[in-house]
Amino acid sequence: MSVHTVSADRPADLLKSSSTVVWLFLIVATVVSWALGTDHGGIENHTAASLIILAVAFVKIRFIGLYFMELKDAPLVLRAIIEAYCLVVFCVVTGFYLAG
Amino acid sequence: MASLGTAPPPDDTEAPKKVKRIPGEEGTWIFIFGDMTVFAVFFSVFLQSRIGDPDGFARDQAELNQNFGAINTALLLVSSLFVVLAMRAVQSTTQRHLAPRLIAAAWLCGAGFLAIKILEYTEKIQHDITPQTSDFFMYYFVLTGLHAFHLVIGLVVLVVLYKLSQKPEMTKNQYSFFEGGACFWHMVDLLWIVLFPLIFLVR
Repeated sequence: MSVHTVSADRPADLLKSSSTVVWLFLIVATVVSWALGTDHGGIENHTAASLIILAVAFVKIRFIGLYFMELKDAPLVLRAIIEAYCLVVFCVVTGFYLAG
Repeated sequence: MASLGTAPPPDDTEAPKKVKRIPGEEGTWIFIFGDMTVFAVFFSVFLQSRIGDPDGFARDQAELNQNFGAINTALLLVSSLFVVLAMRAVQSTTQRHLAPRLIAAAWLCGAGFLAIKILEYTEKIQHDITPQTSDFFMYYFVLTGLHAFHLVIGLVVLVVLYKLSQKPEMTKNQYSFFEGGACFWHMVDLLWIVLFPLIFLVR
């Protein structure tokens, strides 16, 4: 019993969704974060690089929540929780990082 | 005056609005968000501890192998994509038979993550680095260990999803479990997406 049907004539058609685009973004973002965190990213200021790395991480988890966990189609309360989680935890983590 | 054959399409031919629905069981989300909140506290405690000794944390972090962490991130992202595709295969009438293979591929990626984690821990212990070495390494072992524990639970969940995906038809409850299990696996990925930069990259 599935709630909605996916139309896929060929196996490759399973890839035809916004989740695949999001996945490509996540892979590129991972490479960018790795480069910034290992002195391959061209930013010598560690604080600036770290803040970018943290921001990218929370954008990534927002996309995982919305597209992979399908919370973008969930009732408002679930969507609000994931959005609030990303924003609040990012602010708290950044605050503690900058205090160190 | 509207001419014959050029009348606008009736309303019911418009694309239907997506119905808002909870993926999986409601209880699954209490567990997932609860777990994510506990980890958010861990992230904060780790960084709060760093405030007392940022130089020591930076020195210890330099001992970590960032490449292991990056490869593990890629493995979890690939496994998440396999789970997304398995979910779509289950929802498809023609590609449903692919779902067990996609879940198996996701499982193998998860097992690969665990193998690299064991390699990483072994390397550390061979260099006499243990949780007692410093505060940084205590957090490193505890946080990555707790995450690895979640990953092992996730691997067990994937075995159940594999069995379910082999069924020609799932009941409503089985389908809900399949969705919830897929979301749990994505949470394992999500937590690592924060842990990796926090422990390995942020300086």
